[in-house]
Order: sequence, then C-alpha cells, then structure tokens
Amino acid sequence: MTTTRGPAPIRTEAGPVRIVARGLGVRHASRHAWALTGVDLVVEPGERILLTGASGAGKSTLLAALAGILEAEGTEVAGELTVDGASPRDARGRLGILAQDPDSQLVMTRAGDDVAFGLENAGIPAERIWPRVDEALAAVGFPYDRDRPTQALSGGEKQRLVLAGVLARRPGLVLLDEPTAQLDPPGASLVRAAVARATADRSATTIVVDHDAAPWLPLVDRVVEVVAGGVVEHGPGWRPASRTAGLHLLPPPDGPVLLTALGAGFTYRGATAPALSRVDVPVRAGRALAVTGSNGTGKSTLALLLAGLRAPTTGRVEAAPELTEGVRRGHREPHRWRAGELVTRIGTVFQNPEQQFLTGRLHDELTLGPLRSGEHAAAARATAEELLERLGLTAFADANPYTLSGGQQRRLSVATALATSPRVLVLDEPTFGQDAATWRELVTLLAEQRARGCAVAVVTHDADLVQVLADDRISL
Amino acid sequence: MTPSLTLGPVAGTPLSRMNPVALLTAMIVVTLVLITSLDVVTPAVVVAAELCLLPAAGLTDLRDLWRRTWPLLLGAGSVGIVNVLLGDDATVVTGVGLALRVVGLALPGVLLVAATDPVRLADALTIHWRVSTRFAFGALAAMRLVPLLIAEFESVRLARRTRGVEAGRNPVARARLLAGVAFALLVGAVRRGSRLATAMDARGFDSGIPRTNARGSELHRRDAVLVAGTVGVCAVAVTLSVLAGAWSPIFVG
Repeated sequence: MTTTRGPAPIRTEAGPVRIVARGLGVRHASRHAWALTGVDLVVEPGERILLTGASGAGKSTLLAALAGILEAEGTEVAGELTVDGASPRDARGRLGILAQDPDSQLVMTRAGDDVAFGLENAGIPAERIWPRVDEALAAVGFPYDRDRPTQALSGGEKQRLVLAGVLARRPGLVLLDEPTAQLDPPGASLVRAAVARATADRSATTIVVDHDAAPWLPLVDRVVEVVAGGVVEHGPGWRPASRTAGLHLLPPPDGPVLLTALGAGFTYRGATAPALSRVDVPVRAGRALAVTGSNGTGKSTLALLLAGLRAPTTGRVEAAPELTEGVRRGHREPHRWRAGELVTRIGTVFQNPEQQFLTGRLHDELTLGPLRSGEHAAAARATAEELLERLGLTAFADANPYTLSGGQQRRLSVATALATSPRVLVLDEPTFGQDAATWRELVTLLAEQRARGCAVAVVTHDADLVQVLADDRISL
Repeated sequence: MTPSLTLGPVAGTPLSRMNPVALLTAMIVVTLVLITSLDVVTPAVVVAAELCLLPAAGLTDLRDLWRRTWPLLLGAGSVGIVNVLLGDDATVVTGVGLALRVVGLALPGVLLVAATDPVRLADALTIHWRVSTRFAFGALAAMRLVPLLIAEFESVRLARRTRGVEAGRNPVARARLLAGVAFALLVGAVRRGSRLATAMDARGFDSGIPRTNARGSELHRRDAVLVAGTVGVCAVAVTLSVLAGAWSPIFVG
C-alpha cells in the first residue's frame, strides 16, 4: 500500500494509530520533580479516550509527549512512548490537533480555503481537494458554504471549522486539547456535537484532554485520569465528583446599595445597534449580583460601565456616598474618578488574567495597586505577603506572573484586585476554563469578600456559580 | 474595529477580476516611468488615466474614496507646498508636478488594495512569480491577527486603569503608559503568533512536501491587455511631454 505510482504517498491516510506508553516519565528542563512518572497506557486503534485531571497534574505534558513536541531544550524522558511503533516525533504527519483558541488556529479568510490549507500542504492535487473539503465540512456539521468569511463565525463555529481542517487531512490520531475551554455553553455543545459526529466512524484514534470530564463522558470509550504524574483508569459508569458538593459558603450579610446603573447603555461610535441596551440595576454591599445572558447582549460592557472603565453613552452609573467618600470629585460618575481613587473602591477582574499583569514578579504585582493608591511601602508589602499566603502562592513570590498555570494566574488576578480592599468587586467570567479545585477556591474567596461587606458583581455563563453564589440576578 | 473590513477589497468589480500579478506589473511600469520623469505633463496624464480606473475598482462613492486616500492627498499636498515655499527656484508648476507624481505613484496602490483579495494575491505570487509559499501564506495568516490586535489594544488600555495606572494630563506619563500598552500587545502578539505557527505546523505547513494550490491562478488575455494598456498610457504621457517641451528625465542632463 505504499509506493505504487504518482506523487509521494501521503502518510496521513494510513488509518487509526495504536499508542503504547510503558513506564513513561518526563522531567522538564530546570525542574527537580518529574512531571510524569511510570505512565502505562495502551490506546487501541480507533478508540476514543478522555484524559482528565486537575490543572498541573501533568495532562499537558502527556499531550505534548503524544504530539511529539516534547524533546526540545533538555527535557528528560524515561520509558517508552510509541505511536504505531514509531516515536511520536516521527509520527507527527499522522497527527491532528485541535487546541483551545480558535483565533490562533485559523489561517485563511474563507472557510473552505482554511480546510483546504492542510490538504494543499500535503501536496494533494487541486481537483481532489474540494471534494474532501466538502466532506470534512459536512462531517462536522458546518452550516455555511465554503465562501463564508471566517471572521463572521462565532467561537463555536470557528472551532468546528478548525476541526474540519484537522479531519480533512485524515489523521490517524486526533488530539483535542481542551477544545471548549474558551467557549460559552452553546458554543461548547456545538463543538462536542461535531466531535461526536466526526469520530463516530472510528477512522482515527481520538484523545480528548479536558479537566471538565462530565460533558465528554457520553462521547468516549474510556476515561483516564492523570493524578500527580501517574495515570489512573476509571471503570465504566465513573462520574466526576460535583464541584459544588459539600461547599459551605459564608452567608451574605446584606447592606446598602453602593452602585446603581440608571438606564445605563452603551453604543460604539459609528455603530447603529447598541452594544448594551439601557439597564437599571443596583449593586448592594454584602450581596452577589450575577449578570447572565447569551453572547452579544452586552454583559461584559455592563461590567465595564459598573467598573468605572467606560462612560455610558446613555443613562448614568451612580455611586452612593459610602463609596464616594474621599474621592476628590465624588459627585462625578466612577468613570471620571482618578485611577488611584477607583482601585480602592471598585476592583475589576478581566476574563483574561494576562491582560492585567503589569510587572515581572508576583510580589510586585500585588504591591502595585496599593502603592498607586497612595499606601505606604511597608503596608503594601504586608498586604502582598498576606494575600500570597492566603492564596497559596508564597512559593512563587519571585516568579513571573506569565509563567504561572491558568488556575494560578486566575487566583493572582483576583488577588491583585483585592489588594486595594475595594468595596465593590466586578468580575468578568472568573471561572472560565478553571478546574474543580480552583473553582471551589474562587467561589469560597468571593463568598468571603461578600461576608466582609463587599459588593460582588459577576458576569458569567457558569450555572453552578450562579446557583451557589448569586443573591441577585439580572439576565440581559 | 471595522477599518479592515471597510477599506478591504471591493468584490465583483472589473479590476478585481484581473490577475493580481498583472496589476502588480502595471504598477511597476507606472512607478518606473514616474520616478524617472521630473516634469508636470507626464504625471498629469498618468494620474488622469488612473482616475479613469477608479470606477473599475468600485471606488465611486466619494466618502469611501476620501477615507482610502486622505493620507495620500495630504502627503501630496504638503510635498507640493513645501517645494514651492522652500525650493530655490521652484515654481508653482514644479510643485504641482511633484504633488502629481506622489498621487500618480500612490494611486495604483489604492487601486490594488481595492481590487485584490489577499488570498488571490498570495495564490498569484506563489504560482506565477514563484514567491516562497512560506512567506506568502505566512503573511496571509499574520494579517488575520490584525483585527484581533485592535480589539486587544482597547482591553489592555482599560486593564491599566484597573490597576491604578493612568497618565492623567502628564504627556510624559502618557507616552510611558502607551509604551507599556504597546509592549503588552507585542507580548500577546508574539504568543498568539507562535500558537498560530504551531497550528500551521500541525497541518503540515512548510513540511518539505511540494505544496499544491486548490484555487489556482490563471492569466487571461485581459491581463495582457491591462499591462499593454498601461505601457501605452505611459508612452502617450512621455510623448506628450516631449512634444510640449516639458520632458526632463532624471538620468539626462
């Protein structure tokens, strides 16, 4: 079945692969501890398995090993790992990967061209490309034609398209690396449906990596959990523990209204439709307000208005005297306050933690806000140390924020907002893509803030979060 | 958020059906003629011909045309005025000539952007001119990231304020803040770029297998006509200039 005639054989068409790991261990350069040890795993051709585990357990390392992108820069590997008997590095031509962020995976401006991209790279003659493109688009249930601009797609639709591009190459191994972590619930189910549909024929061995196991269970044959560097296989019928089980949160004390949106709305300059239609909502001390609604209704925009980061184009955001005390021009709306005055009153946590990091050291990151708002150096240092301790980040005090794991970055970004002890805390999707442990920690922390009289306003798609934390709700 | 869309190619116009390499060839011809002639007649004829092509590129709406060309017109105007005011013996005619040259050199670029879909351009360059696919499609992929960068600029700017960092009215602090924002954007762009490179790599880009092209790129008779027409217009321009006694090529005298 190899060389017969015509162009060089395309390695991507050799059927599903078999994966064998025996005593696999991986130690990253400049680390003492092994990220993985003694991993024994056999995946039969065409099998679909879920690789789950808490963040930092070694899932990503195992994924990188399977993808053959480990060996760089002094990584130490013990034991063996083979893909159809070859090293993963040599089998990379038979591999397809779907990663988290759709925008850094799409290459072309039109949907069909993007699927064709991988086929062109494989040297497939033009006349055989388009039938395969159509086939792949149909396999993932892509609802538009080939000329659809990729820019006009939603996140879930983009991920479907990337998956079509991966499948069109007919890979023997498909790795799905938390493919729904950056999507809202409808987008995520769109992608899972596409995966279910496209892998049903077992033409590729499929490995899904996700800390959120439950939604994938109906789609996979087996579940393997990475626990502290090793793997544990779960039997059929296994269910992950509910992240809300046994959670005891401090009750809301209730307090006065601190911030009110009065017919506040926002329209981008030059846009015809408003990004946020007029909203009336009070934000009360000692209570948690959940802002929900589907994508494009202006949830994040409302967060920016409440946080004093954008000026409403209609209506007002009014701060109560308790909040404006000490502000030089307190009668003005929050978006006109000085930044130093704002951070001690309203703290904001963005969806992407990295956008808010400004220094090269965790410790500096936590002292920055207090220093900027006029606190003394010694007091700022004490606050920083206390927060590092509280969030279990003391060991990383000198580390660069960019080197932290996703969960650690999230905790740090909440901590930077808390460092200036604001009375109001505004958070945009704080639980997005977080594993169960970080989720519980975050919810507990927010409940603590609420208990000490802080007003918490949280924009979220997370139904569990709304259920355990929200005292007031507004749906846009 | 929208400039990349509104200022992009206008689909379905006569010029957009031309092969991009034909447009590029015509552009090179015009550029060579204009940079070598210093009179006023040659650029005047060339600019007149270019203006006739605007409707063929779908640029009939004056507001749209203004949005695409205002930096060019501003530049051309200031070149002309500066030369008239500061030149030793520069006359108004020389100034007008210089301004027309700038317009004549830049308008083909405006026409090219309005008439050319970037994907078709990459296809044509790699197929007809053997430009490296790594370069052409790499640039194409990078271009997709520009609108994302614009959106991210806004978030990063707002994020500074959430950390108590703002410039107020101090211009120095403002410049430093902007530098910080630019650096954060750069870091983000590099990270996203390397993720994109990994994704392209995973789909076999630049893996050593000769790449095929699914869309292809064909040269037609009309492409030859366009290039011949351009050469013709330039010849007429130079002839008129010589006949009028204004011809002053850069290499002679």
